Amino acid sequence: MDVELLIGILPQVVIDGLILGFMYALIALGYTMVYGVLEFINFAHSEVFIFGAFVGVEIMLGLKSAGVLERFPWILVLVVVLLAGMLASALLAFTIERVAYRPLRHAPRLIPLISAIGVSFFLQDVIRLTESIWRNAFNLVYPTIESLNVRLEITETIDVSIKSLVVIVAALLMLWALHALVNRTKVGTAIRAVAEDQAAASLMGINVNRIISLTFVIGGAMGGAAGVLFGVQYGLINPYTGFIPGLKAFTAAVLGGIGNIPGAMLGGLVLGLLEAFAASYLSLLTGGAFGAEYKDIFAFSILILILIFRPKGLLGEVVRERA
Amino acid sequence: MRGARVIRRPLVAIPLSVLLLIVSGAAVASFPRSVLAFLLFQGAILFIYLAAMPGYLRAALLAVALLVMMPIIGAYNVYYLEIATQVGIFAALALGLNIVVGLAGLLDLGYVAFFAVGAYSWAIFGSPHANQIFGGGFPLAPGWFYLFIFVGLAVAALAGVLLGLPVLRLHGDYLAIVTLGFGEVIRVLANNLDKPINFTNGPKGITPINRPPVPFGLPYAEYSYFLVLLIVLVVIVVNRRLEDSHIGRAWEAIREDQVAAQAMGVPLVRAKLLAFACGASFAGVMGVVFAAKQVFINPESFTFLESIGVLAMVILGGMGSIPGAVLGATIVTVLNLQVLKGLSLWLNELKNAGVVILGYPLADLPTQLEPAKYERMIFGVILVVMMIFRPQGFLPARRRQREIEVTAEEHKTVTV
Amino acid sequence: MTRTLRIVSILLLAAAVAVVTVPMAGDAHGKGTIKVATQSPLSGGQAALGEGIKLGAQLAIDKLKGPLEKAGWKVELVPFDDQAKPDVGVANAKNIIADKDIMVVIGHLNSGVAIPSSEVYKEQTLAMISPANTNPTVTDRKLPNVSRVCGRDDVQGVVGSEFAKGQNAKSVYVIHDKTAYGQGIADFFKADAEKKGLKVIGFEGTEEKSNFDPILTPIKAKNPDLIYFGGIYDQGAPFFKQAREKGLKSKFMGPDGMDSSDLTKIAGKAVVGMYYTSAAGPASALPKAKSFVDEFKKKFSKNPEPYAAEAYDATAIALKAVEAAAKSGKVTREDVSAQIRKVKHSGITGDIEFDGKGDRKKALYFVLQVANEDPTKWGDNKIVKQLTIAPPAEKK
Repeated sequence: MDVELLIGILPQVVIDGLILGFMYALIALGYTMVYGVLEFINFAHSEVFIFGAFVGVEIMLGLKSAGVLERFPWILVLVVVLLAGMLASALLAFTIERVAYRPLRHAPRLIPLISAIGVSFFLQDVIRLTESIWRNAFNLVYPTIESLNVRLEITETIDVSIKSLVVIVAALLMLWALHALVNRTKVGTAIRAVAEDQAAASLMGINVNRIISLTFVIGGAMGGAAGVLFGVQYGLINPYTGFIPGLKAFTAAVLGGIGNIPGAMLGGLVLGLLEAFAASYLSLLTGGAFGAEYKDIFAFSILILILIFRPKGLLGEVVRERA
Repeated sequence: MRGARVIRRPLVAIPLSVLLLIVSGAAVASFPRSVLAFLLFQGAILFIYLAAMPGYLRAALLAVALLVMMPIIGAYNVYYLEIATQVGIFAALALGLNIVVGLAGLLDLGYVAFFAVGAYSWAIFGSPHANQIFGGGFPLAPGWFYLFIFVGLAVAALAGVLLGLPVLRLHGDYLAIVTLGFGEVIRVLANNLDKPINFTNGPKGITPINRPPVPFGLPYAEYSYFLVLLIVLVVIVVNRRLEDSHIGRAWEAIREDQVAAQAMGVPLVRAKLLAFACGASFAGVMGVVFAAKQVFINPESFTFLESIGVLAMVILGGMGSIPGAVLGATIVTVLNLQVLKGLSLWLNELKNAGVVILGYPLADLPTQLEPAKYERMIFGVILVVMMIFRPQGFLPARRRQREIEVTAEEHKTVTV
Repeated sequence: MTRTLRIVSILLLAAAVAVVTVPMAGDAHGKGTIKVATQSPLSGGQAALGEGIKLGAQLAIDKLKGPLEKAGWKVELVPFDDQAKPDVGVANAKNIIADKDIMVVIGHLNSGVAIPSSEVYKEQTLAMISPANTNPTVTDRKLPNVSRVCGRDDVQGVVGSEFAKGQNAKSVYVIHDKTAYGQGIADFFKADAEKKGLKVIGFEGTEEKSNFDPILTPIKAKNPDLIYFGGIYDQGAPFFKQAREKGLKSKFMGPDGMDSSDLTKIAGKAVVGMYYTSAAGPASALPKAKSFVDEFKKKFSKNPEPYAAEAYDATAIALKAVEAAAKSGKVTREDVSAQIRKVKHSGITGDIEFDGKGDRKKALYFVLQVANEDPTKWGDNKIVKQLTIAPPAEKK
C-alpha cells in the first residue's frame, strides 16, 4: 500500500467531500424545516430541488442564445440565476403544499407521505414533458462559464476550481442567512413556535397556515439554490437527476437530527465527507477488492452506527418519549 | 344512499353477484382482449366481498370466481392470468408490510430487501450458478423448490431480526431512514457481490432458475397462479390469527403508545423483532416464488421504488387492514399493468386508425406526447387524488376509521 | 362500508355499459394487420435510450412498410413501456403474446428485462430481435426466437483492448457503470487487456451520475495512460469532462454506449480525441449512416440515441422476415422466427446475418475518434481502425 499516495490525496478528498456536503446541506434544509413543522417526509422535495436546476439552465441557455452570457460578469449571471431558481422552487414548494398537503393536515402521518410520492412522480414527468416539447431534449447541459472553470492550484496534486469555491461561499451565506432568520427575527420565532406546538402557537395569535406556507417557501428556496449550484458544479441534469441527491439529503437531515436546522448542515457535511472518503479510498485501502461501488453501503453503515449510539441523530434532542 | 341500502339486502345482493359473475365471465370470453371486460370481472369479485350475504355463500362465490373462472379466463388470455399472479405476489408483500407498518407502526422503507433475500436464496441454489461457489452438484433438482419456500421464509425472517436488532431504539423517521438504508445496502450488495467471491453474479443476474415440477400436466402459468393463490390464502389466515392474538394486540399497543405499552408489560424488544421477522418472512416466501416464475433475477427488481410501491399499496388499502392490503395491492398492480397500459394502447390504436379529434388528426401527434410515456405521471396524480379524498384508505381497519373521524372532529372544534 | 359499496356498484355499472358500447378496434380490412411491438423503458431514468429504440423502430416501419402494404397488409407499431422493470416487462410480454397480430418484438434495453420476457415470447415462438442486449446469456440460451443486432460484451471488450494495446498504452484504468451492459464490457476489456500484457491499475464500478470528483482523485494520482469507461454517454460524458477539468492527461476510451452526439454536447472539448468502439460507422464515411441520421433528425428533430440505429436495423430485418413469411398468404409467428434467421440484411450497422444462436455471424467493429467539439459535427468522427470479429465459438 502506497502510504505517500494515501496521504497525498487527502486534502483533495476533503475538499471534494466538503463541496458535496454543502450541496447536501442546502437540500437537507428543505426536508428538515418541513419535518420540523409538519412531522412528515416531503418526498417531493427532490423535484423542488431539480426544478430550480431546470429554471437555472433555461435562463442560462436563454442568455447564451441571446449572446450576452459571455458579456455579463459571471457574478451577476450567477446571482440572477440563483435568485430565479430560488424563486421558482419556492413557488413550486408553496403550490405543492397548498394542493397536495394542506387538505391532509390532520390525516395520519403516512398519508401525506404517499401524496408526496405521487407529487414526485407527477413532477418528474411534467418536467420531462415540458422539456421534451420545448427543447426536444432529455439531458440538459449547463453552459460553461470559462472564468468559473479556472482552477487554483494549491499544490501540484491539489487544486480547487472557482465554481467549487462559489458553491461553498454561496452555501455558507445562505445557511448563515437562514440561521439568522430563524433565530433572530419575529418570523423565525413564529416558525419555532409552530414547530413546537401548533395549537399553542395559534392561541398566541400566530397564523399557523401562513407559517407553514412560509417554511415550504424557505425550504423550497434553499432547494432551488442547491439545484442551480448543482447544475453549475456538475454540469448535467435530467428530470430524474433530483431523486438520488434528494434521498441522500434526506439521509443527511436524519443523520443530523431531523427537524434540527444546524443538524441538517452538520449531517450534510458528514455525509458528503463520508462519501468522498469511501469513493476515493475504498479501492486503495482494500487493494481493489472493494471499490467506489461500495460508497453508499459505507455511508449507510456509518449512519446506522451513529443512530445506534445517538438515536435522535447527531444534534437531535436527547430521547424524549412522547407521553 | 338508498340504492346502496337495497344492495345491502341479501335478497338483492346474492342474485346480483351471480349475475355480475356470469356477465363479466361472458364479457371476457367474447372480448378476450378488452381491458374493461376483465375490470368488470375484478369488480364483480370486489362486489361479492362487499355485498351482504351469508359467509358460506360469499366463500363459495369467491371460490368459483378465483378457482374456476380465473384459470378459464387465463386460457382465453394469459396476460390476465399474469396480472392475477402478480396481484397475488404483491398482495402477500403488502400483507407482510402491513404487519410492520400497519399493525406495529414501524415505518419500513426498505421492505423489498426481504423479497430480494428470498429470491436470491432460491436463485443461487436452484440454478447452475451455485457451482461457482461450491464447485459442483448444482442446480438442485426442481423438487427442492418446496423446501426452499421454507428456507426463503427462514432466511428472510433472520434478515428481519438482523435489521430489527440495531434499530430497536429508533423511532418514527429515524427508523424509516435506517430501513431505507438497509434496503439499499441489500440491493447494492446483490449488485456488487460478484467479486471477490461470485455470490450473486452482480448486475448480470442469475439464470436459468429451476421451476418446481408441475403436477397434473398444468401449464406453468396456471400452476404458478394456484401456487401464489394458496400462499396468499395462508398468509391471510396467518395474518388473521396474528391480529387477534396476544402478540397482535401487543403490536397495536406499541403503535398507539410505546411507553404505555411498555408500562403495561408488553415486551418491546420481542414484539418488535417478531413484527420484523413475520413481515419479512412473507416477502421471503414470495421471493422464492418470484425467482422461479421469472427464471431470471438481477438487482434491478429490488430497487427503492419497489419498496415505495408496496408501501403505497398498504396505505391506499387502509393501514392495518387485511382486506385493505389485498385491495391496495390489486389496485396498484391493476392500474400499473392493466389500466394505464390499456389506456395508452387504446390511444395508440386510435392514432393508428387515423381518428380525428376536434379536427386534429391523432396521427400527427408529436412523439413527445406518446401516451405510453406518461403512465407514471397519471399514476402520481391518482395517488394524490386518492389520498386527498380517501385518506383512511379503501377498506380501513374499523378501529382506524373511527380514530380518523374522531380526530377530524376534534380539529374542527379547535379551529372553529 | 355502505359508501364504498355504492361507489363500487356505480363503477361496475359504468364498466358494464362501456364493455358493451366501446367498439372493439381491429376491424379487419385487406389481409389483416401485422403489428410490430417495441418494449423499452419509456419513463424513468433510462427513458431517453428506451425512446431511441422506439423511434428507430418507428422510422423503419414508416419507411419500409411499403411492400407489405402493397400486398394488402396493414403494418402498425405498438410501443410498450417496460419501465426497465422485469415484472412489468413480463406482464407486457404476456399482453403481447395475447395479441395475435403482433409478429415481432423489438426490445429490450435492459438484459434483466429481456431475459425473463423472452421466456414468455418463447412459449409462442414469437420473435424478439434485440437492439441493445449485449449480455452473452441472451443468446447463449439458444432460444429459436431470440436474435440480436448488437454485438456481445465479450466481443466489444476485446475490440477495445486490442486497440488500446496498439496505442502503446501501458497502464489502463477501467471504470464501469454497474449495469449488466457496462460492467460486462469492462470485465471483458480488463481480462483481455491483462492477457495482452497491459497493466490494469484500477477497476471500479459506480452508480454515481453527477459527482465524479472523489473517484477521479486517486485516478489522477495514479496517472494511467488510458481510461476506459464501460457505460453510456450520459454518465461517461460528465465523467470525462470532470476528468479533464481536474487536469487528467490520459487518453479516453469507451464502448458503443458513447456513440452519441450528446457526448460532445455534454463534455465539449474534453472528449475531442477520445476513442470509442461501435458497430455503426460514422455518417461521414458511410452514406447509409448519413441518410439514417438525416432522416431521423428530419422526422423527430433530434439526434438518434445510441441504440436507435440498431433498432432500425432490427425492425428492417423483422419486416423482411414478415414479407418472406407472408408469401404463403398467412403469417405465423413460428414462420417469422424461422425467417429471421435466414435474412441477409445490409443495414446501417453493417451486414447482418444470424448464426444458430441468434448472434451476428461476423460483427464488423469500428474504432472511432471524436473529431470535433461541436455536436452537430458528430458525423465527422474518423475511423481509426476496423476489426471483424466473430462471436466466440460455442462452448461444449
